[in-house]
Amino acid sequence: MVIGAVTLWFILEKVILIASIIGLSFFIAMYTTLAERKIAGWMQDRHGPNRAGPFGILQPLADGGKLFFKEEITPVTSNRFLFLLGPALAMIVALVTSTVIPWGAPVVTSTGIISLQVADVDMGILIVFSVVSVGVYGIMIGGWASNNKFSLLAAIRGASQMVSYELPMSLALIAVLFMTGSLKMSEIVSYQMANGWNIIYQPLGFLIFFICALAECNRTPFDLPEAENELNFGYHQEYSSMKLGFYLFAEYINMFVSSAVMATLFLGGYDIPFVNEANWGLAPWLYSLISFSVLMAKVSFLLFVFIWIRWTIPRFRYDQLMNLGWRKLIPLALFNMVLSAAILLWLKS
Amino acid sequence: MSISAILFWVLSVAALFSALMVVTSRNPIHSVIWLIVTFFAISGHYILLNAQFLAVVNIIVYAGAIMVLFLFVIMLMNLNKESEPARHRWLQLAGGVSGGALLLVLVAALKDTELKSQQSLMLEGNTGLIKTLGQELFSNYVIPFELSSILFLSAMVGAVLIGKKD
Amino acid sequence: MQLTQRAKPVDRSPMTFLESLYLWNIIKGMGITLKHMFLKKATIQYPEEKRPFSPVFRGLHVLNRDAEGRENCTACGLCAVACPAEAITMEAAERVPGEEKLYREEKYAAKYEINMLRCIFCGLCEEACPKDAIYLSQTFAPANYARKGFIYGKQELLIPHPVEQPEAYQKALGDRQPASRNQNQPVA
Repeated sequence: MVIGAVTLWFILEKVILIASIIGLSFFIAMYTTLAERKIAGWMQDRHGPNRAGPFGILQPLADGGKLFFKEEITPVTSNRFLFLLGPALAMIVALVTSTVIPWGAPVVTSTGIISLQVADVDMGILIVFSVVSVGVYGIMIGGWASNNKFSLLAAIRGASQMVSYELPMSLALIAVLFMTGSLKMSEIVSYQMANGWNIIYQPLGFLIFFICALAECNRTPFDLPEAENELNFGYHQEYSSMKLGFYLFAEYINMFVSSAVMATLFLGGYDIPFVNEANWGLAPWLYSLISFSVLMAKVSFLLFVFIWIRWTIPRFRYDQLMNLGWRKLIPLALFNMVLSAAILLWLKS
Repeated sequence: MSISAILFWVLSVAALFSALMVVTSRNPIHSVIWLIVTFFAISGHYILLNAQFLAVVNIIVYAGAIMVLFLFVIMLMNLNKESEPARHRWLQLAGGVSGGALLLVLVAALKDTELKSQQSLMLEGNTGLIKTLGQELFSNYVIPFELSSILFLSAMVGAVLIGKKD
Repeated sequence: MQLTQRAKPVDRSPMTFLESLYLWNIIKGMGITLKHMFLKKATIQYPEEKRPFSPVFRGLHVLNRDAEGRENCTACGLCAVACPAEAITMEAAERVPGEEKLYREEKYAAKYEINMLRCIFCGLCEEACPKDAIYLSQTFAPANYARKGFIYGKQELLIPHPVEQPEAYQKALGDRQPASRNQNQPVA
C-alpha cells in the first residue's frame, strides 16, 4: 500500500522507532532519577536509596507509583485548561527533541537501509533549537495558570533565563556548523568520524554549550525557576500527583536529550574513538548495536557530569546568572565564533 | 487526494481557526497561545513548500522568542477580563473598518501575483533549503541583508539606551 | 587583636575576568565531591546495624523484680518526689496473704505510671529508689499516635518474669545492670 510516496512499511518502521525512542527516554529518565539520588548520596558520604530492591534499583518504580496514587489537587482559582496544558507541553517538548538525533549507525538489510534516526532532515540541529525555544511555554503556562505569585515569579525567571541562554548556545553552535558545513545531524556525525571529534577543535564552544545546556534544563547551578528557598517550589508549586511527576520527569528527559545532542555535536555521536570500526566486517545489526551502546556510554557520562555539577555547585544569584549569560558567555561565544571563522578562512586560503 | 493536499487543508483550517481565536478570545493569555498555534500552522505550510529553514526560524524567532516576551508582558501586567477597559461600540466599528480596509489592500495587491499552479511543493524545489538560501543572501541580496542587520543593531542599541536608568 | 595564626583578612578586591567565570573554583569543587564519592560512608544502616550506646545511656524505665520474680517496688513515692519533671504517679496497696509470690514486701504499687512526654530521662528516680525497684534501661520510647500512648503503666514498665520468661528477662535487663545490684538479697 502506498500513500503518496510513503509505504506502509516505512510508516511501520518509523512508528516502531519512535515508540522505542520514547520508551528509552522514559527508561533512562527513570534511572537518571535513581542515579541522581545515589550519586548525591555518595558525594555526601551516604549510601543513597538502597531499600527498594537490590541496591535500590526498584526505587524509580516506587517513586512513580507513589506519584500516581497521590491526591490530585487543582487549585480553585487556577485556569483549569492551562493548568493541564503546562505539564503536558513540558513533556511533549522534552520528547520531541529526540527526533533528529542519530541513535546509531544505520542498519543495512537486504531490503534497504533502516536509519536509527526518526527524521534526518536538512535542518537537523535547528529543529532541536526550535523545540527547545518552545519549551519555555510548559514552565510559563504552568506557572501562570497556578495563579500563585511564587509560581508566576518562577515562570518569569525561567522564561527570561531560557531566552537569555539560547543566545550563547546558538553562537557556540555556529562555530561547530562552520566546520561541519551542514545542519544535518547525520552529516555532523560522519564529519566527526572522518576528521576527529568537534570537542578537540571547539573546546571553548563545548564548554559554553554545556553551561547553556545546564541553564536550558533548569539544572543547578541555574535552577532558579525552582529555587526552593526563595520561591517555595517554583513554577510547579501548585502541582501534585502525576502532573508534578510530568514536570519532574520532563526535566530528566530534557537532560537525557540534551546529553545526546551534546554527544552528537561534540563527542562524535555514535563514533567509537581511536578505531576505524567500518573495517571490522561486523554484521550490520551488531555494528549498529555497538555504535548505539557507544552513544549511550557518552550520554551516561554527560548525565553523570550533570549530576556531579548539581551536587557540587550552589545556585547562582539571579543577577549573577544574567551577568554570566549576557556579559560573559555571549562575548566569549562571539569571540569563539569569529576566531573559528578566521582560522577556517586562513586554512582554506 | 494526496497526502500533501490533506495536510494543506488541515493546516489552513487550523491557521484560520486559531487566527480567529486570537482576535475573539477574551483572555489575552489565550490570545497569545492561539497566536502560537497560528505560527505552528504557518510553519507547517512552509514545510509543505519545502522551505524548511523558514519553517524552523519562524518557530525559533516568533513562537520561541517574541511570543515568550508577549506572554511575559501580559503575565506581568495581569490583564484579565475584569481589568479590560470598556470598549465603545464605535471603537469596535473603527477596528472592523480599518481591518477590512487592510484586507482589501492585501487582496488587491496579491490578486495579480503569479501563482504556482500547485497547492504545495512538498519535497520539490530547493529555494527554502538553507544552502540555496544562504547563497542567495550572501551573493545577490548581500546589501539588503547587511543593511537590515545594521537596522537591527541600531534598534538594539536604542533599546539598551532606553532601558538604562539614567 | 589576632586570636589565631590562621586568621585571614577578607579579600574584597573585585574579581578578575577569569575569576568571574568561576571555572577554576568550580573544577576544584568538583574534585572534592568526586573524592567524597569514594570515601567511607558515614551511614549506619539502622535496622541491621545499631549505633552502640554509651554505657551510661539512660533510656526507658524498667520496674525491677527480684530473682524469684517478685516486684521490688514498695510504692514509697521517693522517685515521684525526686522527679524534677513530675512524670511519676503511683498508688500504693497492701499485700494480702497469698500474694507473697507477687510482691516482695507488704506494700506494693497498685498503679505506677510514668508520663514519657514529661520525663526528661535524668535518672534521679533511679538514684532515689531505696529498693532498686526502678532503673533506666537502654531502649527508648517508640513513637505513638496518641498522647495517652506515652503514659506507661505497670504493664509496660515491669520487667519480664525471670523464672517464667528468662530470655525476655535477660534481654530487658540489658548490660547496664550493675553486678552489685541486690538481685538476690533476702527479703527484708
